[in-house]
Amino acid sequence: MSVLVHKETRVLCQGFTGKQGTFHCQQALDYGTRIVGGVTPGKGGTRHLERPVFDTVAEAVAAVEPDASVIYVPAPMAADAILEAASAGIALVVCITEGIPVADMLRVKALLPATTRLIGPNCPGIITSGECKIGIMPGSIHERGVVGIVSRSGTLTYEAVAQTTAEGLGQTTCIGIGGDPVHGLGFIDCLRLFEADPATEGILLVGEIGGAQEEAAAEYIREHVTKPVVAYIAGTTAPPGRRMGHAGAVIAGTLGTAQAKKAALAEAGVRVVDSPAHMGRALAKRLAR
Amino acid sequence: MRLHEYQAKALFAARGIATPPGVVVTRVEEVTAAVAALSVPRCVVKAQIHAGARGKAGGVREVAADEAVAHAEALLGTRLVTTQTASDGLPVDALLIEAPVPAASELYLACVLDRSAGARVLLAGREGGMGVEEGEKPVSRVIDTLRGFSPYQGRELAKAIGLSGRAVAGFGDTVSALVGLAGGLDALLVEINPLILREDGTLVAGDAKIEIDDNALFRQPALEALRDPRQGDAKDEEARARGLQYIALDGDIGCLVNGAGLAMATMDLIAQAGGRPANFLDVGGGTTAQKVAEALTLLARDPRVKVVLVNIFGGIVRCDLIAEGLLLAVSGLGRPLPIVVRLVGTREEEGRRALANGGLHGDVTQSLEEAAQLAVRRAQTS
Repeated sequence: MSVLVHKETRVLCQGFTGKQGTFHCQQALDYGTRIVGGVTPGKGGTRHLERPVFDTVAEAVAAVEPDASVIYVPAPMAADAILEAASAGIALVVCITEGIPVADMLRVKALLPATTRLIGPNCPGIITSGECKIGIMPGSIHERGVVGIVSRSGTLTYEAVAQTTAEGLGQTTCIGIGGDPVHGLGFIDCLRLFEADPATEGILLVGEIGGAQEEAAAEYIREHVTKPVVAYIAGTTAPPGRRMGHAGAVIAGTLGTAQAKKAALAEAGVRVVDSPAHMGRALAKRLAR
Repeated sequence: MRLHEYQAKALFAARGIATPPGVVVTRVEEVTAAVAALSVPRCVVKAQIHAGARGKAGGVREVAADEAVAHAEALLGTRLVTTQTASDGLPVDALLIEAPVPAASELYLACVLDRSAGARVLLAGREGGMGVEEGEKPVSRVIDTLRGFSPYQGRELAKAIGLSGRAVAGFGDTVSALVGLAGGLDALLVEINPLILREDGTLVAGDAKIEIDDNALFRQPALEALRDPRQGDAKDEEARARGLQYIALDGDIGCLVNGAGLAMATMDLIAQAGGRPANFLDVGGGTTAQKVAEALTLLARDPRVKVVLVNIFGGIVRCDLIAEGLLLAVSGLGRPLPIVVRLVGTREEEGRRALANGGLHGDVTQSLEEAAQLAVRRAQTS
């Protein structure tokens, strides 16, 4: 079992024939992901990576019936690509693109139908270990197992993955929700999915400074999550008022500090680790292995 | 990207928001003419820097017209330190000299991008000025992204903060202009604090703060001309030009990391090990050997940096290529700088072997914590 994606998931790629789309789709194919085709306006009717290329998502949906779409479209056009996928009825849209104007994401947020789940943007994507890789994460570090991982960061997620693999825990599904201030699925959506997934035994939450998502997640965990949760929050030493790489990683006044997030999570019964090197070990202990 | 007060006020004025009569000067010799042009007995001299809390730091002061030159002389060319700047402050390269505006009261008005609401939000309050953070919480109204904003909502907001009479219409107009600016400029924040309410019920923007969404600058070409690179750290700007995310901090351990989250985590680990990071630097999750080399060269130019901690999780990017890039950069650094490298991921053994064979001056490890500890020790002993 897993959440959102599995070995049967049929994946479409928007921005398929570009450099990023080509490279990462090849990696995904090598991992065993069922990439069923791609979209590049103007290249409809051709083939790429031995898959059909379409001009529009609607045409692709009619022809190859994808369950999910991954977006590698450049930032100025990425919001439109998300809306195109949603409008064509795709249930899961994973937007990898970094640097989308926040005003565009406000519009996406307002227009996204309840029938479409968005992951990202500015995220590594989603992967169910050994089954389906949608995004830019290195497949080789993932092992099938029992941990669900949800994270705002890319490479820090890879740390969490590598540690849970090293501890022999492995992962069910890892979801990178992205580093932008306005994005799709949040911590709570993912916690709900992991709590309901019988194969997921423990949850690793990787947060960072900025916003109040971790505090909201803490509230949710207290009320609704029975599985052990370990959390790490990056940015304890980050200065206020500066955007730390991610558009969303900024402490505004006293809002969004790592200290407040850690305290809220700890109070909700989450094991909060101070060192990013201890995420896997702490979860292994909680799972008593 | 932040704008200066005088730049923001020009944008305000173009949208019909009243601003005090004012003149921008960059040289002391221009002050006499500026004060004469205002023809007022007293004037307000305001240092133009990209930080708030200027008033308490002496960066905003009302003086008699004949004292303006002396005051300008004391400010121009210095660095102003406020509670919102780093300890070395920001350069005062320009002054805004304004006619004072007598206030019946000082209001607060802002249009901010609210991440939890996933929308723009209006904030308005009766207690503006320097006391806004201690005073009553401002009234907030979410702007529906699809339905947009209608002017009546501005007037309702005026009533919600207890305005009456002529001020209601004026406040409504100001809110409309503010919302138009925020949308038109792709702004994350447009703030008027204080919004001065005069005895006659008219309103004047006492200050102006605008922050633009960097991700939207590609479609705001006119704003590029308003960028003031001197208000950022010089290395911040250089790094930005090279596609690196860099933020100067005040320690002595240079950090070179791929990924923003991992870069913050690395800073945290250094602090836990008793050291102080000199910077935040993200070379990008899917970095290249060339970017790593450029970043190392950039860090080595900072004389405060005693050691560089390189922390790369090679996922898609191969560790052996990163190692080659590092060795190439090290050979051209021009000073013996110890380097601690933590390199893991795809082809990590080949990468570490290349570093060992290449005669890297420093340490190579797989462990995140050990890397931080080694860097702190190196910084303490060098």
